[in-house]
Amino acid sequence: MGGFCALSCSGSDIVMELSVTDLAVGRGGIPLLAGLSFGLARGRALVLRGPNGSGKTTLLRTVAGLQLPMAGRVEVGEDSVAYAAHADGLKAALSVAENLRFWAAVFGQSGIDAALRAFDLEPLAERRAGQLSAGQKRRLGLARLVVTGRPLWVLDEPTVSLDAASVAQFGAAVRAHLGHGGAALIATHIDLGLEADVLDVTPYRAAADAMAATDEAFL
Amino acid sequence: MRALFLRDLVLALRAGGGFGLGLAFFLIVVVLVPFSVGPSSELLGRIAPGVLWLGALLACLLSLDRLLAVDWEDGALDLLATSPLPLEGVIAVKAAAHWVTTGLPLVLAAPVLGVLLNLAPQGYGVLVLSLALGTPALSMIGAFGAALTVGIKRGGLLMSLLVLPLYVPTLIFGAEAARRAAEGQDPATPLLFLAGITAGVLACMPFAAGAVLRVNLR
Repeated sequence: MGGFCALSCSGSDIVMELSVTDLAVGRGGIPLLAGLSFGLARGRALVLRGPNGSGKTTLLRTVAGLQLPMAGRVEVGEDSVAYAAHADGLKAALSVAENLRFWAAVFGQSGIDAALRAFDLEPLAERRAGQLSAGQKRRLGLARLVVTGRPLWVLDEPTVSLDAASVAQFGAAVRAHLGHGGAALIATHIDLGLEADVLDVTPYRAAADAMAATDEAFL
Repeated sequence: MRALFLRDLVLALRAGGGFGLGLAFFLIVVVLVPFSVGPSSELLGRIAPGVLWLGALLACLLSLDRLLAVDWEDGALDLLATSPLPLEGVIAVKAAAHWVTTGLPLVLAAPVLGVLLNLAPQGYGVLVLSLALGTPALSMIGAFGAALTVGIKRGGLLMSLLVLPLYVPTLIFGAEAARRAAEGQDPATPLLFLAGITAGVLACMPFAAGAVLRVNLR
């Protein structure tokens, strides 16, 4: 993960939550995106767009620190990222409230009521996560973001299997998060009703042989 | 960390197969031995320490392949990796929970199963002590194996192949201590070796496992 950058990164007086400089990312040693540079200020959201397989997920995993960049830098505050991917990390044998309480404890937070309310999960709080529908599970997965208390949400296709009302709920939750000085980096294909900047990653596609062979798999 | 430990215990209890499965496997292995080697009580008493140790080791191995695989499949491992918990700590805690749900019941059940194998009366105390000293190392080494094979489909068999050779020192000294005690000799030396191996494993393996897990998650 990059260096600490809670204050201004580029000399401007906007507080940057995330700053990416000349980043190249790849999956399994194959470069996918190259030459990416963008910043994300507090209170702002950035929506990533691009066709399937264009490297959005890889970019998000790199920003979250789950994999190393092939080149360039990701500067993000230490312990500031809350990552949500396709899988929600829910335990079927635990109830909705227990799942949330676990993640709250892991992130050193307490209180899950706000998260339950934000995603309308209160009636389901005592239900086992294994008995939820796909959309309800997704809402629980997104409610986890609220209990992490982290400023930068990195979301990979957050609206999969959500109905229209839940998408609106999710949009409201993201707006509330931005309103509290948070930031969000979201890969999605649908309109969330956010005032967000849009970054299309298609022009940054890396040529397959643009990079020298790496030994990333062995590091 | 405490939350993760408690969650793993609750999951083992609720999902079933946590406390019970390894124990039942241990019981069946031990019960099968007299069928395979014959009912001679003198022979059974002689092989009892080794059989009990081997049974405990295999029962421990049984539940290890799900230790990290479950969390990897439902995405929780990625989320834990981005959480404030260090991966080394995650592995150590999960190994500790595995020991409480698998190793500890084996330790407690071993004297009862010793009766089935006609274990000499003076051997029981040291058998329990040797298992109590040795099984934490089995869980921790197994967690390392699980970290190595996480993400591999059907990785359970590969994990067994990787982990079983690493179990050899623990098995040698553990079974030796129990055998010596059963024969009325002094078991102190193998017990000390066993404790040393366990201490070394507990000190080093979380870091090795954390490192390979980090590579595997990339």
